[in-house]
Amino acid sequence: MYIPVNDMLKHFKQDAPAMANITHKSDQWSPYHDNSGTVLAVGIPGAVIVAGDTRLSNGYNILSRDATKLSQLTDKCVLATAGQYADFIALRKFLQQRLQLYEFQNEVQASTETVAHLLSRELYSRRFFPYYTFNLLAGLDENNHGVVYGYDAIGSYDKMTYGVQGSGQELVVAVLDNQLKGYNKINKTIPQTREEILDIILDCFSCAAERDIHTGDNVEILIITAAGTERIVKPLRKD
Amino acid sequence: MLKHLYDTDCVTWSPQGKLFQVEYAMEAVKQGSICLGLKSSENVVLCSLKRQPSELAGYQEKQFKIDDHMAIAIAGLTADARVLCKYMRTECLEYKYTYESHHPVGRLVFKVAEKSQHKTQSGAKRPYGVGLLVAGIDPNGVHLFETCPSGNYYEYKCQAIGSRSQAARTYFESWFHLFEKSTLEQLILHGLSAIKKAIMEDEELNEKNVEVGILGKNQKFAHLNAQELKDYIAKLEGFNPNSQIQQE
Repeated sequence: MYIPVNDMLKHFKQDAPAMANITHKSDQWSPYHDNSGTVLAVGIPGAVIVAGDTRLSNGYNILSRDATKLSQLTDKCVLATAGQYADFIALRKFLQQRLQLYEFQNEVQASTETVAHLLSRELYSRRFFPYYTFNLLAGLDENNHGVVYGYDAIGSYDKMTYGVQGSGQELVVAVLDNQLKGYNKINKTIPQTREEILDIILDCFSCAAERDIHTGDNVEILIITAAGTERIVKPLRKD
Repeated sequence: MLKHLYDTDCVTWSPQGKLFQVEYAMEAVKQGSICLGLKSSENVVLCSLKRQPSELAGYQEKQFKIDDHMAIAIAGLTADARVLCKYMRTECLEYKYTYESHHPVGRLVFKVAEKSQHKTQSGAKRPYGVGLLVAGIDPNGVHLFETCPSGNYYEYKCQAIGSRSQAARTYFESWFHLFEKSTLEQLILHGLSAIKKAIMEDEELNEKNVEVGILGKNQKFAHLNAQELKDYIAKLEGFNPNSQIQQE
């Protein structure tokens, strides 16, 4: 699911026979930059927890230690995006504008399911020059239960109970499979309370920051409930 | 009698220098039910009287949010108002998308005025039959504008338009010197008092036929809900603007 930059670029190159022997120039300009970082979201009855680290990088350089990957689109849902930051901003602006128009026309905020579908269609509308974004849409459904939708770059999406995207995805998702679902767990205790799950999420980010150079600095957590949104920021490794 | 000779379309002047079609359009505004606005240094309040076509019908909404920092109250042809409302909302959304900030109020009012003027200079079009009170807050301050079918616009400290609005304006003339320093609650009570002057003898204000919208420097546009309206209407009994003078 996480596509390195050069593979994305490959889709633009034409494979005409005469050009088959030309080697790929490594200094060709690319419209895509990977600003990396990790985001995750977990849905539980009555709430959804979304988290993202705040490090923005480009290759081996850090561009910012304080850049948010989370964007609250409606009272009930939040977009979390890993990948190219510029595309995240563009996507966020589009969705904010479109959702305000929805609210004017329908006199009510869009439901999480509606936003999920809207996001999918917008991503697919750029099928041949994709948004380099790996999204999670986390929100409350019509019964105020937490729900997470995970996307690929061109809009294929599915409802999940938890999801991870970004450079630390492989590191973190395996831990969540074990901790939240009890997969491959010898002592099958599943966390029941919000506090236990928050602790697991914080641990996941600390672990990801240890091994993934692109994840670190701070983790920003949003907890969405019917009562409102709570924001927590905790420090992570800065190296 | 002479009126009828020069009032066929917008491209005909009368000998007195009037465009009768435009004047007639302004009449449509005067026929609409009253709406008024008043501002202090921090807030703008819009109050309107909603009409109910019959016992079976609902009440016609008169105030519309344009953006978090701006709202309008309408008097006249509701259908024409919808067109202008949609235009204003679209302009604000596009401005926000491009500049990541709120559309300056005066500039949007100017755009609406331009659009309105256009309709007064063509043989094939008719003017918009609606007057707007535009309430908005931007870095230049707190604003209340009135727009006309003629394409003119004016900025006001307080203004009332629509049916029997002169009674409300007379109330304003007595008390507007207090508005600048009024609190939000005082402003709302002044607005409701002014509307009360404009209702018929057999009518009375209640939470169903009155609409109050508030805007503040730290307050996105919001309507007062039914309970809040009831509370304010109840407070009207004991409201005495004279006591406000003694406070200052």
